[in-house]
Amino acid sequence: MELYQLTAHELHKLLIGGEVTAQEITRSVLERIAQVEKKIHAYITVSPDLALTQAAQADEWIKKGQAGPLTGIPLAIKDIICLQGMPTTCGSHILENFYPPYEATVIEKLKAAGAVFVGKANMDEFAMGSSTENSYFGPTYNPWDLERTPGGSSGGSAAAVAADECIAALGSDTGGSIRQPAACCGVVGVKPTYGRVSRYGLVAFASSLDQIGPLTKDVRDAAQLLTVISGHEPRDSTSINLPVPDYAAHLGKEIKAVKIGVVKECFEEGLDLEVKASFWQAVNTLAQLGAEIKEVSLPHMPYAVAVYYIIAPAEASSNLARYDGVKYGYRAKGVSELLSMYEQSRSQGFGAEVKRRIMLGTYALSAGYYEAYYRKASQVRTLIGRDFQEAFAECTALLMPTAPTPAFRLGEKVDDPLLMYLSDIFTIPCNLAGLPGLSIPCGFSQAGLPIGLQIIGNHFQEEIILQIAYAFEQHTDFHRRKPNL
Amino acid sequence: MKISKEEVAHVAYLARLHFNEEEKEKFTTQLNKILEYMDQLAKLDTSRIEPTFHAVAQTNVFREDIVRPSISQELSLSNAPDRDRGFFRVPKIID
Amino acid sequence: MEYEAIIGLEVHAQLLTESKIFCGCSTLFGAEPNTHTCPVCTGLPGSLPVLNKKVVEFTIKAALATNCRIAPRSQFARKNYFYPDLPKGYQISQYELPLATDGYIEIQVDGGKKKIGIQRIHMEEDAGKLIHDFSSAREAHSYVDFNRTGVPLIEIVSAPDIRSPEEASAYLRKLRAILMFLDICDGNMEEGSFRCDANISLRPKGEKGLGVKTELKNMNSFRNVQKALDFEIRRQTALLDQGEKIIQETRLWDAARGVTASMRGKEEAHDYRYFPDPDLVPIVIDPAWVEEIRSTLPELPDAKKERFIQEYGIPEYDAEVLTSSKPLANYYENCVRFFPQPKIVSNWIMSELLRELKKDEREIEECSVPAENLAALLRLIDEGVISGKMAKSVFEEMYQTGQKAEEIVKAKGLSQLSDAEALTKLVEDILAAHPKEVAEYRQGKEKVFGFFVGQVMKATQGKANPRLVNEILKKKL
Repeated sequence: MELYQLTAHELHKLLIGGEVTAQEITRSVLERIAQVEKKIHAYITVSPDLALTQAAQADEWIKKGQAGPLTGIPLAIKDIICLQGMPTTCGSHILENFYPPYEATVIEKLKAAGAVFVGKANMDEFAMGSSTENSYFGPTYNPWDLERTPGGSSGGSAAAVAADECIAALGSDTGGSIRQPAACCGVVGVKPTYGRVSRYGLVAFASSLDQIGPLTKDVRDAAQLLTVISGHEPRDSTSINLPVPDYAAHLGKEIKAVKIGVVKECFEEGLDLEVKASFWQAVNTLAQLGAEIKEVSLPHMPYAVAVYYIIAPAEASSNLARYDGVKYGYRAKGVSELLSMYEQSRSQGFGAEVKRRIMLGTYALSAGYYEAYYRKASQVRTLIGRDFQEAFAECTALLMPTAPTPAFRLGEKVDDPLLMYLSDIFTIPCNLAGLPGLSIPCGFSQAGLPIGLQIIGNHFQEEIILQIAYAFEQHTDFHRRKPNL
Repeated sequence: MKISKEEVAHVAYLARLHFNEEEKEKFTTQLNKILEYMDQLAKLDTSRIEPTFHAVAQTNVFREDIVRPSISQELSLSNAPDRDRGFFRVPKIID
Repeated sequence: MEYEAIIGLEVHAQLLTESKIFCGCSTLFGAEPNTHTCPVCTGLPGSLPVLNKKVVEFTIKAALATNCRIAPRSQFARKNYFYPDLPKGYQISQYELPLATDGYIEIQVDGGKKKIGIQRIHMEEDAGKLIHDFSSAREAHSYVDFNRTGVPLIEIVSAPDIRSPEEASAYLRKLRAILMFLDICDGNMEEGSFRCDANISLRPKGEKGLGVKTELKNMNSFRNVQKALDFEIRRQTALLDQGEKIIQETRLWDAARGVTASMRGKEEAHDYRYFPDPDLVPIVIDPAWVEEIRSTLPELPDAKKERFIQEYGIPEYDAEVLTSSKPLANYYENCVRFFPQPKIVSNWIMSELLRELKKDEREIEECSVPAENLAALLRLIDEGVISGKMAKSVFEEMYQTGQKAEEIVKAKGLSQLSDAEALTKLVEDILAAHPKEVAEYRQGKEKVFGFFVGQVMKATQGKANPRLVNEILKKKL
């Protein structure tokens, strides 16, 4: 077994037992990257120097007995999170050479925990996409089938974890961008409750929906990573001031008599048959473990995609107005006049999907349309939130498939935006309601493509969904399968 | 037809984006398709529903009026596409 | 055709907090460019705003002092537009839920008091500074300094209750005084901490509807506001009289040429696409907090003026002048404390002191004559040590040198001769030396009296106590 194939908690045991050093682990991961990165293209920037420096530092701490669960563990960071010393590109031409003069809170926390950063992971430009095909730097390829996408927008993070090009990764999730690629790549992905993890230093896409979260090889790693990055942040007004549990400590509890609701609206239209089959098998497994399965309804769920694709682009159109070529980022050459500078810089700097969403969002907020679109969508958002609360009155957690299909082919949906948007149909409702949700592998298609199960909890109940996920995971071995690379 | 090519041009101006004719055509078609999909929201009666603008309800988040260190001028300008004498520099603005 | 002007004013006032509205950068004026910035106020990717509590406190103060209703729930909104001095491509402001609404202030107009309504007061962030020319050389560039970005502002929008340029000026003066009395704004129009834009339309006298309004900008002093409004009234009157329509537009005041000029052509359709800022949570104002703030409010201009009239028995005009600024009002009251003759103190401050300050273009805070010193001078006059006339030159000396009255009087030996015996002897000598003039006076030539006074003054180098001199002369003649 290579070091790069292990989980963080397995490596931690080896580290504190003195059997292996952090530098050895990092070198193992860097070698793995050298081996497969050409095929996967999970990274925009690989940072071997930083990683080895951090690993050496981690070894010092381990020697002093100051190691935590993440000390010396190589991580990939989605390139939408500010990390100093290298570019933070957001997968975009417009920030290709942007060196942030400050760092995200989650980075500060991970550094304090002794983690190692091996690189910045590829992503759909400004987190807008479900396949990582919208990256200025080229797509990432699904380790399970190199002709397919890894999902998106955190496709680089998910693929890196699946391909062992890192031990764990951070992604961001606005409409499913952690969970959906996790499902496509057969890894664990967690979107925390809105406000659980600080957004300070997370380049904003849709402010009322964005959250940073872990992508990992198993549930225990996700729980540990989540504990480290969570917490109140005075520099983020939307950060919630609640204590952070040790999420890993809750794992292993039985789920007997835990009421779990299956959302019936997931099965109303053409759901991929293999996804459906894996899903019901997973439900069965949970029932065997003692959970009480019920059917619940989220009647406004069919409207969630429409609501999301008004609110998210609207907020994005405003958040991306700062990319104007004045203070940082790409400025078009040969412009001698202000309007041209704006138009050329932005038109040349942004890709098609970003421009499409900016247009959609600008329209939804514009005079005469604000009421019909943005405000209306925000009202339906309230209805969606209420549906969830009614469901949670009867159940502790909810189940849905993560994605309507397994990973799709590169190029399959890129020319049909609406079709691409519908890939998020099961993940979007969570973001609208601010609820925590995770995806764990629950099966494989005939073609050997991973399928994900989504578990959703009520606000700030991450420990419950992690518990359920852990119980399921320990009873199955989907998480132990690795792609053939 | 929910949005005309002229409206698309106007929205593009508001967003400071420039499209050639072909792109304008393509966008108009795509945006129309997407906006038609949004029409289903009109079916819902939301007349007595308060909008949700924040995912998790919270109020009154403040900080104290204390001065904290700024970043240096050098760091502030470090990513500037064009700079001069401590300022960010842009094409002349004609008022 | 007689027209009535309908005027509304929009004031932007910079608040005197230590740090900016959404970040901890300093608000101090005059630093090197881009040295008071951080990721938040320069809109770096990933930065987030956090509200300065003092800004809310100051805004509540302004609302209370202007009789506004404070909203139980208030929210920030994004005002989206592109300009190089706006780093995020939007300004964080307030739209549907401002902090305060429906207030008023009272102004003095000929014929009494008038209430001018205040529609709303809301909080927002200031933009950066643009420099277009460093020297007279033609520049191909403009330069941006973000030090000012994020400095807290309150925007105060009046109701269109103002009917003349004079009323506009009175409103601005009163509003500015209130904000300065509250110590929340330093009211410096030249430096831009108190800015004013105007909206003006005309309608035929007696009609109820509203005419087409124009917006006026770029007026950087009270006088300029008045002049610009005067000009615009004349311009619109002329157009309407000729049967032409007024175009709704923004016009810039050109102080050098004394005209308003249209921005047409450079004006674009501004669709600000306001929506609630998702990065900032709503503000819920606890009534207890409001009461706590209310209890800390200082005495405001109107109340102070009334009190001065009652307590000091000075005329309304004097009270108005003395309470036009808090430091001046304090100076007056300090002086009266040391020399409790309020009318005399008032006269002296309003004539001598303010004249000297105006000559130097200094504020009362920089006055070289502390209140006790002025009081001491007034006491010297009262005690007859020096004459009123002499006191005026002593005061000038005090103002130039900062010395006390007694020191100057002593150094220059200026104390009045008030020794009746000595003066009597002197008068007798003078009368004896000028028998011709004495005879003339006794024959009815009253003007000669002045000659004798002059002689006494000459003999005493102006130091004789004039009252006594008059008394003694009359007795002797």
